[in-house]
Amino acid sequence: MYSNLGLPWATPSGMSRRHFVKHLAGASAMASTAALMGNSVQAQAEEMKKNQKSAILLWMGGGPSTIDIWDMKPGAATGGPFRPISTTGDMQICEHMPLTAKQMHNLSIVRSMSTREADHNRGRYYMHTGFVPNPNIEHPGYGSVIAHELFRQREDLAIPPFVSIGGASTGPGFLGMAWAPFSVTSNGRIRNLEMKLEEKRLLQRMAALDVIETGFINRTRGSAATEHQKVLKKTLDLMTSEQMEAFRVEKEPEEMKELYGTNGFGQGCLLARRLVEAGVPFIEVDLGGWDNHNGIHTILSDTKLPQLDQAMAALTSDLEQRGLLENTAIIWMGEFGRTPRINANAGRDHWARSWSCVVGGGGIKGGLAVGETSSDGTAVETEPYSSEDLMATVCKGLGISLETTYTSKNGRPMKIAGGGKLIRELV
Amino acid sequence: MFRPMTAVSSFSLAACLLMVGTASHRAVAQSPAQVEQVVAINKAIEQNWADYEIRPSGEADDGKWCRRVYLDIIGRIPSLEELNAFLSDRNRNKRQALVQTLLYDDKYTEEYARNWSTIWANVLIGRSGGTDRRSLTNRDGMLKYLRDSFALNKPYNQMVYELVAAEGSTKPGTENFNGATNFLADKVNDENAVLATSSVSRVLLGQQVQCTQCHNHPFNQWKQQKFWEFNAFFRQSRALRRYVDGTRDIDHIELVNEDTAGEGGDPEDAMIFYELRNGLTKVAYPVFIDGQEISHSGFVSDSNRRQELAKLMLQSEFMDKMFVNRMWAHFLGYGFTKPIDDLGPHNPASHPDLLNYLGQEVRKHSYDPKQLIEWITLSKPYQLSAQMTSSNELDDPTLGEMPKFSHFYLRQMQAEELYQSLVTATGASAAGSYEKQEQERRKWLSQFVVAFGTDEGDEATTFNGSIPQALMMFNGDLIKQATATDKGSFLGKIASDDDRLRAKLDNVFLTGVARRPTRLEQTMANKLLMARGGKEAEMLQDIWWALLNSNEFIMQH
Repeated sequence: MYSNLGLPWATPSGMSRRHFVKHLAGASAMASTAALMGNSVQAQAEEMKKNQKSAILLWMGGGPSTIDIWDMKPGAATGGPFRPISTTGDMQICEHMPLTAKQMHNLSIVRSMSTREADHNRGRYYMHTGFVPNPNIEHPGYGSVIAHELFRQREDLAIPPFVSIGGASTGPGFLGMAWAPFSVTSNGRIRNLEMKLEEKRLLQRMAALDVIETGFINRTRGSAATEHQKVLKKTLDLMTSEQMEAFRVEKEPEEMKELYGTNGFGQGCLLARRLVEAGVPFIEVDLGGWDNHNGIHTILSDTKLPQLDQAMAALTSDLEQRGLLENTAIIWMGEFGRTPRINANAGRDHWARSWSCVVGGGGIKGGLAVGETSSDGTAVETEPYSSEDLMATVCKGLGISLETTYTSKNGRPMKIAGGGKLIRELV
Repeated sequence: MFRPMTAVSSFSLAACLLMVGTASHRAVAQSPAQVEQVVAINKAIEQNWADYEIRPSGEADDGKWCRRVYLDIIGRIPSLEELNAFLSDRNRNKRQALVQTLLYDDKYTEEYARNWSTIWANVLIGRSGGTDRRSLTNRDGMLKYLRDSFALNKPYNQMVYELVAAEGSTKPGTENFNGATNFLADKVNDENAVLATSSVSRVLLGQQVQCTQCHNHPFNQWKQQKFWEFNAFFRQSRALRRYVDGTRDIDHIELVNEDTAGEGGDPEDAMIFYELRNGLTKVAYPVFIDGQEISHSGFVSDSNRRQELAKLMLQSEFMDKMFVNRMWAHFLGYGFTKPIDDLGPHNPASHPDLLNYLGQEVRKHSYDPKQLIEWITLSKPYQLSAQMTSSNELDDPTLGEMPKFSHFYLRQMQAEELYQSLVTATGASAAGSYEKQEQERRKWLSQFVVAFGTDEGDEATTFNGSIPQALMMFNGDLIKQATATDKGSFLGKIASDDDRLRAKLDNVFLTGVARRPTRLEQTMANKLLMARGGKEAEMLQDIWWALLNSNEFIMQH
């Protein structure tokens, strides 16, 4: 037992009290500790979970062609070959999105997105943070910000509060690595999770590590060394937590897997739903491959849209049926849209001036199409909305105060969602 | 292939080639205090400290400095023997002697070349370039070219020329193999070689042009016209797919130049078109960033546009500054600009005169990479401790301040450096041929690469201090191998030595973090020894595991 060993063994500062107590009980006693929690505590936890808010970002890496999906221009020279179909909401969308069309009463389209960043890296950064890249400051991504804000409701969460599925996201910026996206593949398999070491010995190693880390921090100062220690704590939490079961998407029934689509994005969306159930505040699911400079319409109708349609519709209806949709915001976007003009290679290029995003759930009204573009789609004709506006609206839906202000490392105050204005129709 | 060229000022091919042959025979001549460029660096950096009224930290002790310089020059920490040899050296100029050994001693040539080819492959084709089966890039080909170049200490300008003008096959062992083609092989076919345009200008000239493809950028001196004029240099280039016999699987790529008639249909006057935001169409011909034009002909025999571009680049001071800035950032953690590959006027440098000066010196010294490495590693800022003091803690670039280099900036090791360090320090997964080892290494590295889903192959690494990295360091196979205690293993050997326990503990700490344990750490070790029932090897295993997982180990400091 470590208690015989005296300091520095008493409370390894690299772990939370909850864990320490759990570990003290020893590996064999772990199951019974969980059982001891009792029914009343569990019921209370269930009740709390129901009111927990979450957000799922469906990130369309490469810049999706929103003029072909959400804001169609049939008959215009820029319109492309697809036909619009009716939906359960107050709008029409692309014929290759028939399943999602039946969910549009839950989702709203913002058709007057107008942004300025038409380069992938800059656009990704801007749409993920609400700020343009600045060499002197690293802004936190929305995922880190929302995770940071909602985490307070669920301090017992051992899963990292921001999970990114199937791709990279934008980092935590000045919030620090403890809020970084936890990147996993869509099958939910996490490398190197198995500890394969006797629990007691691991904890003794952790205590030794703590002595070395703390010594280094005291000697060098500065945040880089301190951040490392925080991440170690989170890692230990997660390694020893039963909550990690949430990642085992393979345990879902076959029908459920097929409902979402047996491809990376489909399974990623299914995993996202499991993580929402487990209380994870922010999940990003990535579907790349929208950078269609050549032969765009074949790619859309043959691969991209069927995948998107099936998974997005399944996710929306599944969340609704489980009573989770009202507390879970869904955001669909990429770094920008694509040029209304179809280029010489039958593709569309980057276009940020007039495009669409989709939001729903989590207190956001569904069934609406907000804003309008011109008849050929090249300009926004109503009030233009930005990344900040969209995110302010999502924050409002999730009950996060828009007065929330962060201070960057260099002392600059920064309003949440970049001080964006609400899209009134939606909240 | 590299061809002699005309009208390139202050550049002599003969001199470069001569230098390649003689570099390895250099002897220690001057102490650092006498090397003109080191003196100049120190003066510029110290002046900046005086201007901002900050005082530098003290010098890093020999152990830390030795670890630092091994990591930066050959990409791994020193072995215990190497560290001890340095610590016990009584030579007053031993730091300089070590730099020269790492640069010029034959026994380090392979590791030097591996480190710099790894670094440059990541710059030129990204961590994921050539790792996908359908990729047009051949990673082995890229690495082979770079390894050969660094092993020969090829002048930097020659490398730039070869990378930009390369023709031939991407794959080693094929006819016309030229590994340099891998830089551009997957960047010339799509979208009228937009990717080649933005990569060559950004990576080799520090010009960020990607935004100006579609419109004039308010904060960038580059206008849309300049983007398409630069782009016109790549319009003869084609990456031809060569298939595996009887299949549609790509075997390799042949990067060639073909006559072009431009978009106007006239090879004598091969113009290209681009569209302004207001819908008007404009015309562009190849014009370099400084306004120098070349022939409008699209015939390769009249004007090989990529060769012409490469020649113009070699005359540009931006090439020199980009090289210096990249190298400086490699060693000091921050460049003179942030990001390092944006040297435009909208992005002022922290030490503009020093950047200019070093660019000129590099040009004067035939673009010898090793020479530049010597200047930087022997300069004052590179000797400083990572320990901040109250009189320089404001010098923190993470706060958005311009770096002043008054203390060494902590930074995390790269995944590649960690891997190589463990392989060397502990013999983890080192068995097999070079190719076998390289495959193992690549497999291990691939777990940290995540893509962004764009056609430009944008990517990020999760080896960034986040949880996947921590999980690997806790539980990964590599760490398991590195902490093995069986006979012949690193710990096995230390444990079976006749040394006293204290000496064994010293050796483990020296290997990992280049210092001896503190009193507190010794106490901790004794407690661990009790907990392990007196089994020394197991205690050392616990300590070594903890060391590998510490911030002190994973940081370059």
